[in-house]
Amino acid sequence: MTDQQVRADEALETDATRAALESVHLEGLEVKSLTQWQLARRKFFQHRLAMTALVILTFIFLAALFAEFVAPYPYDAPNVPDRSLPPTLEGFHIFGTDKIGRDYFSRTLYGTRTSLYVAFIVAGVSTVVGIIVGGIAGYYGGKVDNILMRVTDLFLTLPFLAILLVLSSFLGAGNPIRVAFILAFLLWTSLARIVRGEFLSLREKEFVEAAKVLGASDNRIIFRHILPNIAGPIIVNATLVVATAILIEAALSFLGFGIQPPFPALGKLISDGQDALTTQWWLATFPGLTIVLIALCINFIGDGLRDALDPKQRIK
Amino acid sequence: MGTFIARRMLYSIPVIVAASFLVFFGMSLVTDPLSQLRLIPNLSQETLQNIIDRKHLDDPIIVQYGFWVKDMIFNQFGTTAVGDQPIWPDLQRAIGNTLQLVLISEAIAVVLAVILGVLSAKKQYSFFDYTTTTISFFGFSVPIFWFALVLQALATTFFLRTGIRLVYTFGQSSPDATNVFLDRVQHMILPIVTLAYVNVATYSRYQRASMLDVLHSDYIRTARAKGLNERTVTMKHALRNAMIPIVTIAALNFGAVLGGAVITETIFAWPGMGKFFIDSLVRGEVYTLMAWLMVTAVAVIVANLAADIIYGWLDPRIRYD
Amino acid sequence: MTEPVLAIRDLVVEFDTPDGVVHAVDGVSYEVYEGETLGVVGESGSGKSVTVMSALGLIQMPPGRIVRGEAVYKGRNIIGLPIDELRKIRNKEIAMIFQDPMTSLNPVYTVGDQIAEALHAHDEKLSDNEGRAKTISLLELVGVPNPNRRFDQYPHEYSGGMRQRAMIAMAMANKPSVLIADEPTTALDVTIQAQVLEVMKVAAEETGAATIMITHDLGVVAEMADRIAVMYGGKVVETGTVEEIYHSPRHPYTLGLMMSLPRITGEMKRLLPIPGNPPSLINRPPGCSFHPRCRMSEGRELCRTVVPELISGSETHPSACHFRDEVADEVLREAAATGIAAHGGRID
Repeated sequence: MTDQQVRADEALETDATRAALESVHLEGLEVKSLTQWQLARRKFFQHRLAMTALVILTFIFLAALFAEFVAPYPYDAPNVPDRSLPPTLEGFHIFGTDKIGRDYFSRTLYGTRTSLYVAFIVAGVSTVVGIIVGGIAGYYGGKVDNILMRVTDLFLTLPFLAILLVLSSFLGAGNPIRVAFILAFLLWTSLARIVRGEFLSLREKEFVEAAKVLGASDNRIIFRHILPNIAGPIIVNATLVVATAILIEAALSFLGFGIQPPFPALGKLISDGQDALTTQWWLATFPGLTIVLIALCINFIGDGLRDALDPKQRIK
Repeated sequence: MGTFIARRMLYSIPVIVAASFLVFFGMSLVTDPLSQLRLIPNLSQETLQNIIDRKHLDDPIIVQYGFWVKDMIFNQFGTTAVGDQPIWPDLQRAIGNTLQLVLISEAIAVVLAVILGVLSAKKQYSFFDYTTTTISFFGFSVPIFWFALVLQALATTFFLRTGIRLVYTFGQSSPDATNVFLDRVQHMILPIVTLAYVNVATYSRYQRASMLDVLHSDYIRTARAKGLNERTVTMKHALRNAMIPIVTIAALNFGAVLGGAVITETIFAWPGMGKFFIDSLVRGEVYTLMAWLMVTAVAVIVANLAADIIYGWLDPRIRYD
Repeated sequence: MTEPVLAIRDLVVEFDTPDGVVHAVDGVSYEVYEGETLGVVGESGSGKSVTVMSALGLIQMPPGRIVRGEAVYKGRNIIGLPIDELRKIRNKEIAMIFQDPMTSLNPVYTVGDQIAEALHAHDEKLSDNEGRAKTISLLELVGVPNPNRRFDQYPHEYSGGMRQRAMIAMAMANKPSVLIADEPTTALDVTIQAQVLEVMKVAAEETGAATIMITHDLGVVAEMADRIAVMYGGKVVETGTVEEIYHSPRHPYTLGLMMSLPRITGEMKRLLPIPGNPPSLINRPPGCSFHPRCRMSEGRELCRTVVPELISGSETHPSACHFRDEVADEVLREAAATGIAAHGGRID
């Protein structure tokens, strides 16, 4: 190589690097890319319905949590002179009172607390169980997967509500924690399927193979590599489980098989008002509307989360 | 196709056996018939012993299981513990009544859902789309029993105010009905609407998502590039692909639908399996409950099989299973 | 000079997205003449697919929007035609072959049915039997073995290469005057690629159609095309014959492309990729959209401020660069650096 050529080489090299460096700063190039989580967060905040729902739900959540301070009356305080009042501002009976004068706003509030309490326990337990079962099935595959999936299928074969009723009837429910566990006992299956599906597909992906080649243990692979990637669908599904749990818990207590007195329950409040549907409509309506509102909020939040986290749902 | 069906049916047998295990042993875990029986007042020692003999309650649990299975297969589920009443006739009648409700409401739900889903997808972001989306969200946020009650209240109020009996809110038929068919329909409307409403909401969301997916796929682009008109593209090319998921979902949902029937029938006092179940549960009739659970398990398995068959018919990729 | 069969004239297409307006096609013009193959070359995002899809009305509007421009087919502008008229043109006059044969065929109908459908769509009087017969002969033409049996098979029973052959058959069915192939071999194995390209040549011969071959693969283009249009950032930056483009490029981007090709012959010292990234179609660089990556634009105000025009007219080898005549010198410089042989301003 002649001197000239060498210098031409060097000139070109610095030129190239300079051009490359420059190009990063010039306009006309892509916006700085965000991390996956930042992207998801931004998308979620853009979803107006989900944000509104989050605000409303937080409000309800706090009110229920501090029910003792928020509610004007205790859950079970008969007040016969004020009985059977339609919703009115007097005495803060904004949801009215029942036959023996109990304030329905307070009752609804306490009932809401129980519902949320049960729903979150159910979501938590079933998520954990679902992840464990689905994770083992999906990660190890083969025989293990087969057996676990048959078991899951079996759980799906038997009619849901009926089993719940049988269980609560014979095992004696009444107490919110028991009901929560009974519900979780059956609700983990959808999560297990999703987790399993994700594990199965991610297992084959290159970054897992790379980790294995680097000598990472199974545990490490599962926790550091795979789980963060499936957090999205898990969170989305968990919100759905919360909504489902609330609806089913209400159904159970409505039928008399779920949470029972003295524990407050929205379903029970509705069934109490069943006989007076046309005369004292407020008794069945407000607890019901509360359930609808909570479920709606959770569903909207779930929708927002899905938009933000689940890449398959992107609008094209 | 024939081998496919035969193979699936064969595969269902161990599932049914497993279900029977689960039902029987599950039930044994949560109840103890003997102690339950002892709680019944006025039960003579003689009757009690009779029950123990008939149901082999002093034999090991495996033996009891064997006898129960025998009863199930050869004796139409046998008889109740107390009272020795044959289980099957009542159960059979209840099944018939529930099938009326469930099949009709599922059919309506699927058809409506497909229409709404397809239209929403085609008119994405339109007013129609947003409206149906909102109604759908309400649909799966509303507890079935409450919705049923609301319908009942509205119907009753309407009747009280106008004196016109549009629909009935209780029972299956009126004793003095002139037009039996119309009368039956009037009794069925509210329960069917209740059952269908929640499902329409769920199914139409799935259908919309599925249709959107399909409409953005490459083969639809090819179809348009061929010069086909929009109607052919939608109805011939898109629809068949988009309907495949719905079929699976509707079938897999069958168990939940039966659950919904439990609640709906209780509220509308419809004499179907739901009401049958609750009554048996309240009375603690274990054998009736087990029979009920087995029948439902078989029904769900049949529904799944039907789904697989329809799926195979719609999607040639999975025929050679 | 004869009239082109299809001429795209100053086409501008935009898309509304949550992140801003995407200027996908920014004043694109090129022509294709009867019997020739025009290669349209460019990176992903250069607008090559959107151009032809807009011409046929196949892009979703909204969020897409044809701002201005024409696509003149046999003297008639087809952009803005009512959908019924457009449908008559699709496949019958101008046919498209898409990139991914895996997903371009409807999985629930037989391949034969789908090809025959193209025939029936443009000839109502065609009977089922005639359609079937014609389809089978088409399948034979494109080299699908056992066409009689294959007619009744489903797409998943075909291999990738066979599926693309079926797509070509579908495109040829109504003897169109223009065949547009959008990255037809990108999704296929290299060995299959060669076969499919052969079939495309047969298709062009049989129909006598003008072909537009859209690709980012410079090897494919060298094999198939007579003339080439190079696209970058939604614009055409250079057009010319294959000889001109490959050996005497007149635009820095084209030069960059040619220089970045590894060569088997001669002694290569190093690869010279084009530095930087493709431009954002939302926030476009001012002036020439290539200038951020262009060595020749250094210190030159003009490149940064004024958008260069692709002047054709009397020029047979137009280039959208302010300093198009200097590119020849640049050729020498870069050839020296990479070891690619070049003589007299011409790459070997």
